[in-house]
Amino acid sequence: MTDTSLLDASGIAKSFGAVRALTEARLTVDRGEVVALMGANGAGKSTFVKILTGALRPDAGRVLIRGAEASVGSPAEARRSGLVPVYQEPSLIPDLDVADNLRLGDTPVEPFRAWVAELGINRLKLSDMIGELPLATLRILDLARALAAKPDVLLLDEMTAALPTDLVERVLKVVRAEADEGLGVIYVSHRFAEISQLCDRASVLRDGRTVGDLPIEPGVEDRAVELMLGQTLDLGARETSGAVTRKTGTPRLAVRTLAARPKLSDVSFDLYPGEVLGVVALEGQGQDELFEVLAGFERPGAGTIQVDGVPVRFSHPADAIAAGLTFVPGNRSEALLSQRPVRENVALPFAARLRSWGQLKLRRERERVGYAIDKLQIDTRAQGEVQRLSGGNQQKVTIGRWIATGVETLLLFDPTRGIDVRTKRQIYPLVRELAENGAAVLYYTSELAEIPQACDRAVVIFNGRVVDVIDASAADEATLMRAAYGLTNGASAA
Amino acid sequence: MSDLSTDPPLVRIGRFLRDNPMIPLLVFLFLLIAVLEAMRPGIVMPVRAGRDGLISTFWVGNLIKFAIPLAMLAACQVLTMLTAGIDLSVGVVATVSAFVCATLSSIWGVAPAVLIALAAGVMVGLVNGFGVGVVRVHPLIMTLGTGLIATGCLQVYQRLVINAGSVVPDFLVWLGVGRTLGMPNGLVLFVPFAIFILWLMRYTGFGRLLFALGSNERAAKLSGVRAWQVYIALYVLSGFIAALAGLLYLGMIRQTSLSLANPLLLPSVAAAVIGGTSIFGGRGSYAGAIIGALILRVLDTMLTLMQMPEGARTALFGVIILAVTALYVRITGAR
Repeated sequence: MTDTSLLDASGIAKSFGAVRALTEARLTVDRGEVVALMGANGAGKSTFVKILTGALRPDAGRVLIRGAEASVGSPAEARRSGLVPVYQEPSLIPDLDVADNLRLGDTPVEPFRAWVAELGINRLKLSDMIGELPLATLRILDLARALAAKPDVLLLDEMTAALPTDLVERVLKVVRAEADEGLGVIYVSHRFAEISQLCDRASVLRDGRTVGDLPIEPGVEDRAVELMLGQTLDLGARETSGAVTRKTGTPRLAVRTLAARPKLSDVSFDLYPGEVLGVVALEGQGQDELFEVLAGFERPGAGTIQVDGVPVRFSHPADAIAAGLTFVPGNRSEALLSQRPVRENVALPFAARLRSWGQLKLRRERERVGYAIDKLQIDTRAQGEVQRLSGGNQQKVTIGRWIATGVETLLLFDPTRGIDVRTKRQIYPLVRELAENGAAVLYYTSELAEIPQACDRAVVIFNGRVVDVIDASAADEATLMRAAYGLTNGASAA
Repeated sequence: MSDLSTDPPLVRIGRFLRDNPMIPLLVFLFLLIAVLEAMRPGIVMPVRAGRDGLISTFWVGNLIKFAIPLAMLAACQVLTMLTAGIDLSVGVVATVSAFVCATLSSIWGVAPAVLIALAAGVMVGLVNGFGVGVVRVHPLIMTLGTGLIATGCLQVYQRLVINAGSVVPDFLVWLGVGRTLGMPNGLVLFVPFAIFILWLMRYTGFGRLLFALGSNERAAKLSGVRAWQVYIALYVLSGFIAALAGLLYLGMIRQTSLSLANPLLLPSVAAAVIGGTSIFGGRGSYAGAIIGALILRVLDTMLTLMQMPEGARTALFGVIILAVTALYVRITGAR
């Protein structure tokens, strides 16, 4: 045995246009070592994973596998060189049965079956159609397939998300046992409990740079959170310091034990008029499902929603809008008519109802749209198609739509994703102002630093459940980060 | 978000043409007319400028007359294509409407015949709208299917009325072949119709929703649009327009057959596409489609002048439609 690492990636950089996703990322994995790859949202984790697995080509830096330069160009090449990934989303083809899927990947059947049994799935037939198997089983099959390929390095990307506890235990045990036999493992996860149980070391990524390697020992959580935070971007001081009074009376929106497949399992909270309620959650903790349900796109599996004390059921976004719940999705392209002008985009809700199908009330439209454009300072110099506007201005258009109609309850899902700091600084006071004028705002953001900027209180959602409610204006980022990672101090209030 | 000033000239020309689609269309139309005049001097501009003036009003009138039913069917395509749909049943619907009107006129009189003919179009449209909007069948399959069903029903119907004979109502003949001051009387129907479609697309909530659904159905849904309502109304309107065009066509041809207006289907799609309407939805102009219909008529005249056999003419017409459409799409980057 030599002392070269199984995997040695160094100096990795990658840009997408003007956005520098990675500047100086590195990672080593030795024989028998399990390394956790950690980083807050937007730190560049997924880009790094894609480079390691060969799905993306780095602009600079190199990836050595067993000391040999892996000219990683395609996932198939990475696989041949000994690095096998297992992703959060199952990579099996739903319209084929298990045997056909194995054949596609040249997976030997007998070792695969052995691993499946080892991982705790007993009733699997090779003729089962992938599309008919439960999600948890598919994750296990993906892992078994990866193990059967006898990799040198196994990359597990959030693979325990939405896996039942007994299977998680099984997976951790098997992976640990394999590592003890010499397998190298890269474990990408948000869950400290699993990391401290499984991993030897944690490598922390921040703003596209590897900022530290931490041995796993008691207290590592705090060190990791500290590293992930680092110097935070100055988002400007909160302009209105309005004293946070505990709101009373009838909540605008009362959510009780709400559940929705696949990730939302039990969420309850009250949102009062005049309040901005933040949602603190890592990616994929059920917040997507929560907003889809509240916006009327999906029906909940369980639980109730009350608006101003009246129970509601939405079967279409139009129902939610009629109840005053208006939704701004995180992905702007979902909300915009990219080929249409700003005015039509903002005025779209005006024409939605059957009785407004006739002649447009152009004067009223001009007034309302003009009001929204002024309010949001939308730069309309680039007249014409919305797709010719900057990202920040596009986002303002999606919000402006509801400003023009009059806001009662605004559901903002990551409204500042991918927009410039200047626009961000315009959005927080706007959200505050809406609340001061009596609107209720539910505000999810992937950037924790925004929570104290914009919110009064925040609910923390972890693994599909509300685990904490915190006073947002007083919370510092470390507290929020700890909360988001499920590291509560037991001081939770409902 | 590309910088507008640094794009290569071809891209900028493409964008300019996309923003002002009428300019190249009009240029193309007049270019074709010039070619026609060169092929057969005197057809457009009479050699002796007599009472017709500089341009033969007879020829222009004829061009417009035959473009009208095509332009009406093209309206069906423009409206449905705005939502990324298409209506392939319009040819059959126009045929059914003409046939029903002609046969029932001899039995029950003109007024009920016209009403029933239009109702038939509305019925087909209702089925189309239900299929597309509620069951979510792809419009291509849905309208092709209803077209086939309507053809079958027409054949059954023909046996029922085989002894009734057919009558073409006088007012339809007046509309179809009559002229006033050299211009076809069909314009009496078509001008208000075109104004209505232009108004509908530009100045009504319904028109906005057509563009919205074709641009981004999820965004429309997000804004509270119940798409099925729009689809049903849209395809009903399309069926009604097709039936109306069928009546006009009946007056123009003055006889019925089981496939009277079917050959107008492809040209109606082509007129819309040439006119700058995207089959992927969200972009379209009815004014463009009208010019598109005129262009197709001029092309047809040219082929007729070349005295080709019917088969070759039809084939060449298909080739030209495809070529013009492909060229236009290439230049403007629109689809």
